[in-house]
Amino acid sequence: MSTVVSCKHVNKIYRQGLIEVRALTDINLDIEAGDFICLSGPSGSGKSTLLNMIGGLDSPTSGEIIVDGQRVDQMNKSALAELRLHKIGFVFQAYNLIPVLTARENVEMVMQMQGDSKDYRKQHSLAILREVGLEGMEDRKPSELSGGQQQRVAVARAIVDKPCLVLADEPTANLDSVNADNLLKLMRDMAEQHEMTFIISTHDPLVMQRAKRLIKLHDGQIVENNKQN
Amino acid sequence: MNYMGSLLFSLAWRNLWRNRRRTLVILFAIVLGVWAMIFTAAFMRGMSQQVLEDTINNLTGHIQIHASQYLDDPVIDHRFQLLDEALFESLNNPQIKQISSRLRVPAVIASERESTGLIMVGIDPENESGISFLEDSIVEGRYLTDPGDSGIIIGRKLAERLETRLGKRIVLMSQDKDNKITDRGFRIVGLFDTQLEALEKGFVFTGLETSEELLGIKGEVSEISILLYDINQVDVIAAELQQQNPQLDVKTWSQLEPVSKLIVDLYENFHLIWHLIVFLAMGFGIVNTLLMSVFERTREFGLFQSLGLKPGFIMGQVWVESVLLLSIGLLAGNLFAWLSVLATGEGIDVSAFAQGMELAHLSNIIPFVIISKDLILANSVVIILGMLTSLYPAWHASRLVPADAITRV
Ligand SMILES: Nc1ncnc2c1ncn2[C@@H]1O[C@H](COP(=O)(O)OP(=O)(O)OP(=O)(O)O)[C@@H](O)[C@H]1O
Ligand SMILES: [Mg+2]
Repeated sequence: MSTVVSCKHVNKIYRQGLIEVRALTDINLDIEAGDFICLSGPSGSGKSTLLNMIGGLDSPTSGEIIVDGQRVDQMNKSALAELRLHKIGFVFQAYNLIPVLTARENVEMVMQMQGDSKDYRKQHSLAILREVGLEGMEDRKPSELSGGQQQRVAVARAIVDKPCLVLADEPTANLDSVNADNLLKLMRDMAEQHEMTFIISTHDPLVMQRAKRLIKLHDGQIVENNKQN
Repeated sequence: MNYMGSLLFSLAWRNLWRNRRRTLVILFAIVLGVWAMIFTAAFMRGMSQQVLEDTINNLTGHIQIHASQYLDDPVIDHRFQLLDEALFESLNNPQIKQISSRLRVPAVIASERESTGLIMVGIDPENESGISFLEDSIVEGRYLTDPGDSGIIIGRKLAERLETRLGKRIVLMSQDKDNKITDRGFRIVGLFDTQLEALEKGFVFTGLETSEELLGIKGEVSEISILLYDINQVDVIAAELQQQNPQLDVKTWSQLEPVSKLIVDLYENFHLIWHLIVFLAMGFGIVNTLLMSVFERTREFGLFQSLGLKPGFIMGQVWVESVLLLSIGLLAGNLFAWLSVLATGEGIDVSAFAQGMELAHLSNIIPFVIISKDLILANSVVIILGMLTSLYPAWHASRLVPADAITRV
């Protein structure tokens, strides 16, 4: 098994005027391809910060972050954009979709940026939306979809071009338990079918149960890192 | 990059109509601004063309030739040979459209009741028509028929002042070539009416040969007025004529009527200043609106970046959005301005301010004139400055740090 993400001595300190906040302290982590990881921990423990570092949305104060063999912490804006476009899919807690685009257009947008042909885009986006259970809703705007449906579109968009890594920051936080469980099942199925690596941050015990590996953060440090079932 | 281009365009277009009311408000402001620019430019252009036309019509022409001292002292003594060979040769120029020669001397006119001093102008009616206002301004009686016509045409205001009318006789008194007083009776064959009172009261017209007889000269004139095909050639041709006839005094309309020239130049320069003032007001509105919509969409721009779009794309999206807004505003503004100019028809009547207007060398009806140069200027100011000012909000949008943008809900 190859390593998709590797963090070495990663520290993140936020400075706000004179106040320093240590968001992450000496994080060391290796994540294998095809893993389905749950990142848990209390509020403020640094889950979002870690995901943002791995996805190159923010840069560490010190340490190395390697994604698919590339040093993310040393990349410039444009290289990071390329990396996110081709190798990483994101799902956030809410407001994941571009409001002026329909469900299908939101999915196709990523494909369009990759230069996929129109026919391929259409075929593929319809297929993936069907896979996440949104057949018949392809042409709805985000405002015409429920929270759970919007999250499904976000998942569809994140995985449509088969990135090696999907980062999901509390994707179920705004959903009821039934919808949350469905979304989790969906992501796990997708991970298995398409052989992608998922890292999902959450407070939700339900989510933790479905993880292959559970990583617990506390005050910016990893306190537990266990394989499950 | 074609697929990105179409994505950029459709995103910009849809975002434009996302907050319909705000877009319509700013669009209204742009349309109003563009309309004001073009409509005002049309009015100023109409005024300046009117000033120019009136100046040239009022006996000035594009170029005038006199004996060297005539302009300082416009009397009979300062006349010159019309049939001079060099002069004849130099006037044979394909750029010259029309030439009228005149005898122009101070005189006293007397009716049965009143008398007053003025200028008597002897003209060849055929050559004069088209160069000056006279033929088109006859309101009673007739125009002169030939150089030997012994009738006289006077202004309507003058007729009132002299308490005379069409068909009556008057007497003109002047000095002949030997500075002896000479006079002659004329029958009033026509009355003219112009918008400039000074012209109506200060000039009378008779046949060139008739005036030669009165003054005792032959083949000599005090003034040649020249009309060119292209007014822009005036300086070149005047210089040529002056060089070919060094003993004479060749002057262009702008040298003869510096006030008119000043007014025309003033209007010309005011266009740009006016456009810039209007744009300043409009530009603030545009930037403010765009910035507002950028702030509202902070999260979305973070999302774009997380999806792998480069800052340049985000900048482009906001920028294209504003260029679309500007283009729609420009189109509508131009259309409304054009319609308003059509609606004014012949122009607007400013006779209520006629006295002031006359001082500014203007007649009573000011037409609205749209010329391509003015349109291009107004549109360029809006589109070029508009594009430049919208770079700021666009740049602002592209500068957001993705993690901050996304966490800011
Ligand atoms: N932009 C920032 N500026 C300053 N401090 C920050 C910033 N972002 C996060 N922090 C701080 O870093 C720490 C980790 O925050 P982070 O958002 O990663 O926590 P989290 O585990 O995702 O919490 P939650 O479960 O509430 O989402 C917190 O103490 C937070 O206050
Ligand atoms: Mg968080």
